[in-house]
Amino acid sequence: MTTDILTVADLKKYFVIGHSGILKREPITVKAVDGISFGVREGETFGLVGESGSGKSTVAYTTIGMYRPTEGSISFRGRSLFDGNKERPLAIKKEIQIVFQDPGSSLNPRRSIKQILELPLQVHRQDENRLEQVVRLLEMVELPPDYMQKYPQMLGGGEKQMVAIARALATDPSFIILDEPTSALDVSIQAKIINLLIRLQNEFHLSYLFITHDLSLMRNVASRVAIMYLGKICEVAEAAEFFRNPYHPYTRMLLSSIPVISEEEEKLKPKKIISTGEIPSPVNVPTGCSFHLRCPAKLNVCSEVDPVMVEIEGQTGLARHTVRCHLYGQAG
Amino acid sequence: MRFEMGTSPLLEIKDLHVHFDVYGGTLRVLDGVNFTVHSGQKVGLVGETGCGKTTTMKSILRILPMPPARIPRGEIYFKGQDVLKMGEGELRQVRSEGISMIFQDPTAALNPVFTIGQQLGAVVKYSMEGKKLSKKEIRERAIIPLKEVALPDPERMLDSYPIQLSGGMRQRVCIAMALVASRELLIADEPGTSLDVTIEDQILRLLHRLVEEKNVSVILITHTLGVVRETTDRVYVMYAGNMVEMAATEELFAQPLHPYTRGLMDAVPRLTGGGIADGIPGRIPDYLNPPPGCRFHPRCPRAMEICRQEKPSFYGKRSGVSDNHEVACFLYRDSE
Repeated sequence: MTTDILTVADLKKYFVIGHSGILKREPITVKAVDGISFGVREGETFGLVGESGSGKSTVAYTTIGMYRPTEGSISFRGRSLFDGNKERPLAIKKEIQIVFQDPGSSLNPRRSIKQILELPLQVHRQDENRLEQVVRLLEMVELPPDYMQKYPQMLGGGEKQMVAIARALATDPSFIILDEPTSALDVSIQAKIINLLIRLQNEFHLSYLFITHDLSLMRNVASRVAIMYLGKICEVAEAAEFFRNPYHPYTRMLLSSIPVISEEEEKLKPKKIISTGEIPSPVNVPTGCSFHLRCPAKLNVCSEVDPVMVEIEGQTGLARHTVRCHLYGQAG
Repeated sequence: MRFEMGTSPLLEIKDLHVHFDVYGGTLRVLDGVNFTVHSGQKVGLVGETGCGKTTTMKSILRILPMPPARIPRGEIYFKGQDVLKMGEGELRQVRSEGISMIFQDPTAALNPVFTIGQQLGAVVKYSMEGKKLSKKEIRERAIIPLKEVALPDPERMLDSYPIQLSGGMRQRVCIAMALVASRELLIADEPGTSLDVTIEDQILRLLHRLVEEKNVSVILITHTLGVVRETTDRVYVMYAGNMVEMAATEELFAQPLHPYTRGLMDAVPRLTGGGIADGIPGRIPDYLNPPPGCRFHPRCPRAMEICRQEKPSFYGKRSGVSDNHEVACFLYRDSE
């Protein structure tokens, strides 16, 4: 069995956004991430899918170290990423990198591409020839060396994202978080970026945590997929299995909402589930299962008790398929 | 849907050119756009960012800022009358009764400092030109479209500010505004793009229902091919200020002809899996110095010598007034 490179266990991240009560002492919290667990295996692409407000970016930012978890742990190759209040050692920072959604705002407009790519090299790889390294990084993402002298605003959206990828590769990482890397780009550019990412993964044996809201894209890049809704994971399965046998009503709603372009794809979609309602505010999470307000298969128990993760029978080992829904309460 | 020969189209754009005068030269954005919508049709307009979709639509309503924009050539007929030659009065008539538009970003389309009721009320007043309505009457009329777009608690909605609503609800308000007066043509500019997929699905279904109920024609602008396939009956594909292909929706998806359309379709990730093709190399040209000939030739895998020199006209099969599958590409020159 392959080992996990990243293990997330019962991760919780709450944000205090204000205070209520007469003395303004009772904190109002947003439960952005509310007890999620998953593992990313060495060399795989683990897809994290969810709508806006589901907490998927918070997972990314906590992993990279921008936030400290409220509860729970994240460990990388068996080593905890949050060791007391100590700063994360450079050796681990080097291993985990991130590519953000909007390359327009994640690259400093006042620095040349060379300066942008040099910074991580300065921090992490002091002894090497920097110029050579910058050229090599640009080569890796298929950009010509003279791009070094350019500034971000001189590049197109796709090219900017390639620079952002090159920057993530600069430290020679083994794990990269991709936070919606193509959702700001046109589909023809997206295709190029995705294929580049897949090639880099094979070449450098990278593991990806791929965050997106695009399920069709996920089908083509991820080996396993987890669906998030309001800070919790509701279903995890292998990508192909996922699209063949979706269990959770939310997953089915998502799948049936995807606009597709061919008949074959149409057949893969579950029977049309009319999408109703909207994702509630994470400040006022509904009691019981957080999806029950929009759920077409709601039971009485759903509004009272939050379901637990159960395993779908017959799917064990690497192909484990788990779902968090009362409909399948007996399956485990 | 088939149309009789001789029926005049609801909207017809002929050889539209739009230029923008900017520091450093002229951006030649639209380069001879032809576009037709018949009454009752649902037409999709697809293309990537910066290809001129929104510019085309804004010229129909004459809401392009002029200057810098300029229309050196072209005609836009709405019900047989050239919008570009209309006076202010006629134009107001078109805007208040003929055509309305829904924009991509509902947050930017609504004024943050006025309540929904005030904004909707203004539209009601505007559409009732000449007639005086009391505040109460305006309120009563404003509530009708809010009910039509299935917003919960419309009474309270009238007194809410845009910031108190979610993105999906704001877009519903925008649709309600567009439907205050009975219109003939609705232009929806990426109405679901800024929303989540389940909400986008809701908005598109809502639009579909209203369009059927009110018998409105629609132009749906989007860069998502799947949305077009599921909601329109005719598609135009646009690239760098030119229409490159037009066909009945089913036909286009079954048999795309233009190399650009094909590249676009190949790049779409499929639910069936199996990876994604490599997309289209290069990027959209600079409008200051657009390439001569076919504007797609620098990115085209099948470019020929003639593509670099001449602009292709439309070729293809013509089976009826609105069933034509036409493509602006020299590869199909001989298939006439």
